[in-house]
Amino acid sequence: MVNASLRQVAQWLQAEVAAGQESLDREVSMALACDLMSDVLVFSLQGSLLVTGLINVQMVRTCEVAGLAGVVVARGKRPPDETIEAARAQGLPLLLSPLSVFDACGRLHDQGLRGYSDHGPMSRP
Amino acid sequence: MSEEDRHTADDAQFVQAFEVAGNDFASSGAASIAVKNLLKQVGFAPEITRRAAIVAFEAEMNVVMYGGGGRMSLYLAGNLVRLVVDDQGPGIADLDLAMQEGWSTATGQMREMGFGAGMGLPNMKRHSDRLRIDTTPGRGTKVVAEFDV
Repeated sequence: MVNASLRQVAQWLQAEVAAGQESLDREVSMALACDLMSDVLVFSLQGSLLVTGLINVQMVRTCEVAGLAGVVVARGKRPPDETIEAARAQGLPLLLSPLSVFDACGRLHDQGLRGYSDHGPMSRP
Repeated sequence: MSEEDRHTADDAQFVQAFEVAGNDFASSGAASIAVKNLLKQVGFAPEITRRAAIVAFEAEMNVVMYGGGGRMSLYLAGNLVRLVVDDQGPGIADLDLAMQEGWSTATGQMREMGFGAGMGLPNMKRHSDRLRIDTTPGRGTKVVAEFDV
């Protein structure tokens, strides 16, 4: 199982760090690509990375509730101020990548990150 | 002791209640995060805190989206966390259907925000140790979720 720091993730995904700069040493080994909040909450994703196209403030709150290590917003989207502020307030690393969700996931997978399918049945409560 | 009694006859103390405003998506989730932070502060294990926060969040979003506003109350005992979430909204017409994964009555607007996966009630059941939903169409809904510590 490969661990990568969020700093490395940001590099791989050409991402700008919009929030949580103080936590880029956090390590992740698991990621999920998802645009449905409740699907994020089905799985045991504590300490994982979310890759998403959502930029609303509820997405940030979902990440906080699920205990995610960080979130990548794909497709070059720019979240509104309230989203960035909520991420900052929660200390949630928010990475903004120009890559598509597919390409971002492809690069993370190439580098060794895995999803819940590979992390085994423990990942789904 | 009957299932009914379990929810009331113990020494779980009322700690705090949070108002949840109906249809207020800007604030939605704030009560759940407050519950999570409170549980962290009190010193419950990360797994309990996370599961309770997830259940709180799903319940809170249901109150925001469908319940027209309500209240989330937290009760604590040394070995128990209890969340009570209630509203005076339209109630759930068919609870069995609502518990089905993927079943959702979310509007287009809600789906655009990423809601409407139809996993809310199933997630609440999945992450809690006991879940009771009392609902009366036209009167409201009360959810009691318990976590053994």
